[in-house]
Amino acid sequence: MTRIHYFLVKRTINMLVVIFATLVLTQALLGSTTDKILTEAVKNDQINALNQGNLKFRSLDERQHYVDTQIQLNIKALGLNEPWYSPTRFVNTILKLAVLDLGQSHFFTSDSGSSNVRDIILEKLPRTILLFTSSTVIITVIGLFIGGRLADKPSSAWDKMNAFLAVSSSSFPSWWVGMLMIFAFAFVYHIFPARSTPLLPPSDPYYIFNLLYCMILPLVTIVIMGFSSWAYIVRYFMAGILREDFILAKSAMGIPKKKVVYSHGLKNAAPPIITSIALALASSFAGSIIIEAVFDWPGMGKLYYDAIGVMDIPIIIGITYVSTLIFVVTIFITDLIYAYLDPRVKVG
Amino acid sequence: MTKEILSARRTALWDFFHSKTGVIGVVILLILICMTLYAVTSVPLQSFQQWNNPAYWIDYPKNAAPAWTNFLKFGQKMPEHIILTQKQASTTTSFDHGISTVTHTYTVNYNYGSPPTDFMIPYSAKYGQTPPVLRIDVMRPDGKDFLIYDSALPPSLIGATQNEYNNRIFSTDSLITQNLGVYERLFNYLQDKTMPQVMIFSKTTYPAVLNGVYKWNERFYLFSSSDTVETTGLILGGSVYGPMGTDELRRDLAVGIFWGAPVALFIGLTVSLASVLIGLIYGIAAGYKGNRTDEGLMRINDFFYSVPALPILVIMSVLIGRSIFLIVGFLIIFGWIGTAKISRSLALQIKNLNYIEAAKLMGESDIKVIFKHIIPQLLPLTLASIALAVPAAILTEAALSFLGLGDPSIPTWGQILHQANSAEAAARGLWWWIIPPGLMIALTGLAFALIGNAIESITNVRSR
Repeated sequence: MTRIHYFLVKRTINMLVVIFATLVLTQALLGSTTDKILTEAVKNDQINALNQGNLKFRSLDERQHYVDTQIQLNIKALGLNEPWYSPTRFVNTILKLAVLDLGQSHFFTSDSGSSNVRDIILEKLPRTILLFTSSTVIITVIGLFIGGRLADKPSSAWDKMNAFLAVSSSSFPSWWVGMLMIFAFAFVYHIFPARSTPLLPPSDPYYIFNLLYCMILPLVTIVIMGFSSWAYIVRYFMAGILREDFILAKSAMGIPKKKVVYSHGLKNAAPPIITSIALALASSFAGSIIIEAVFDWPGMGKLYYDAIGVMDIPIIIGITYVSTLIFVVTIFITDLIYAYLDPRVKVG
Repeated sequence: MTKEILSARRTALWDFFHSKTGVIGVVILLILICMTLYAVTSVPLQSFQQWNNPAYWIDYPKNAAPAWTNFLKFGQKMPEHIILTQKQASTTTSFDHGISTVTHTYTVNYNYGSPPTDFMIPYSAKYGQTPPVLRIDVMRPDGKDFLIYDSALPPSLIGATQNEYNNRIFSTDSLITQNLGVYERLFNYLQDKTMPQVMIFSKTTYPAVLNGVYKWNERFYLFSSSDTVETTGLILGGSVYGPMGTDELRRDLAVGIFWGAPVALFIGLTVSLASVLIGLIYGIAAGYKGNRTDEGLMRINDFFYSVPALPILVIMSVLIGRSIFLIVGFLIIFGWIGTAKISRSLALQIKNLNYIEAAKLMGESDIKVIFKHIIPQLLPLTLASIALAVPAAILTEAALSFLGLGDPSIPTWGQILHQANSAEAAARGLWWWIIPPGLMIALTGLAFALIGNAIESITNVRSR
């Protein structure tokens, strides 16, 4: 087995372990509570069905007996007679989660009217991904550009300013800056809407433009709060590489400075940059959940915020699970890119 | 301790206080410590405990801007919310024909562009079978005296010898409207009797606010020697209040901001201290022991590294609890990972140095080697890590609070922002509700980040 295989197997196992452990943790914390809720629901369903139906009984005892047996049958059918950690229940839960069967929400419905947690989350997910991916792409481009520039002229005034910006933007809560942006651009100057939920229905042909217009303010906030620390990371690793002999040799050969920095320098500085950026991405992921809530962006983060407000447990668990999945997969992908870029991992 | 170590420490301190960022960090930290001391000594503890109890804040105005905003305005000033308690009243007592008269006089210097939005008079008295009479009059700056309220308190319960009665007279009280009817003829223009606060504070000649010194006399006639007046007060409603204004639930934001400082420092320092120490020992154990132990411990570390902290923290605080100590515990669970990684790689380097080998050959136990020879080497790094871990802890706690999962029994900056967001404060322009708490979170984080960076750069210079 070559080194890259070993690396990939290790990362895959780690990913699976994380997903599995999240599952076990949520089940361990929640198992008994959800079981209680489900059992109550079964009882209520049975009694309601009986009250609305036209079954006749000879005595109250007979009626009670009928209700009890029906409830017992249903509980058994759902597997609620066993604790959550019994093997069958547990395997069932995992299979259910594997197909994203996350149960029913108590308070929320999707735009199409379904209260199925999967439908609700899958409807919100594209918007979260739209905001998060586009902001990440913009930040990457700006970060690489500025970082490369600064690495070329270390300890210039711009460099110091960027370092200060990076330190302060990482200690400022990005969602608070979002609130200030709303105050500035929605209250003082009426340029953008205070609530980034599009007013048009999704079926409208102009919906997408409305959505993009609403996206500007949260997007700008995420970019402003993110780009300087990216530039700082890029600059930090690039500055080291640019001092190396082979880069100096390239410059001496007469290759344009820009090409040396962005093509040769960046390529060699890429692996550590990617690792640091994976970490930065992870923390901005948490930040953007809250950014969504601040701007009322109709994505998963906003749903999370609302679900916590009314304690809609199925939604909270569903989003925790889905976001863990996304997060773990993102980390895995950055690991793959790392393995691809770093020759030391490939050589066995 | 040898002289060299002492002088090395002195130069390190010298270096620290000559790095600009480090000094800025220390200055911010000192301000925070002053805020903490001020909160503990001067802001009443009750306001901290009753933060989320709306009844406690009933005397305060709703969404009032900070009082100093008046200085930034040209022209007429917004009326300030005035809360006068018995301490500010001058009390006179007289006794005549078995009736004792207790007068509480409140002096208000009113110099604003508009009348108060309303007024309130809270009072409480203890009395026996004959209820006392309460008579309130306002002595205006122009010398006119308005009797606005004259009524007996409700009778005691039958058989009760000592009855305590609390009430508030609101400006909307129908008795006040009736009484003011008498004075309508003094005015040259039509009065709106449903707004007594406007009539009391207006000029008689033309519609404008009469500025000057008002004297509110709250006079109780007590018919028994055992009757007493417990408390009185006067509240003039306004639209600016205090150094930091108030929020939708009428809470004085200055209280929340001041009490937020010790809470944030507690959370930040406890979490960073505990998680850095755990990470340090964990990392050194892995690096020093090596082989299987290292592999196993680092797999666990990898696992924590790829778990998204916030969703898991949310689940834990939803299901386990939200007390501040639990939240600190949750944050520690995710706090130690980075330090463990760094201290492991450093321990790997140090353990191969000759003096460690020598110590081992001399038969020193592993624990002794770790604590006596390795940890002291990592102390500067540890100090920097502790400082650098504080912002993350404070930010994460603020994020949890902002999501509505903070400790409901105490005010934190994140919670204030949560409530501001729920009330859509940003879109409504209530900037005083948003800017101070966020700025405090940022400044606290910044202080520790700057201090940490300064320590780090000094130790880096040394190791070079």
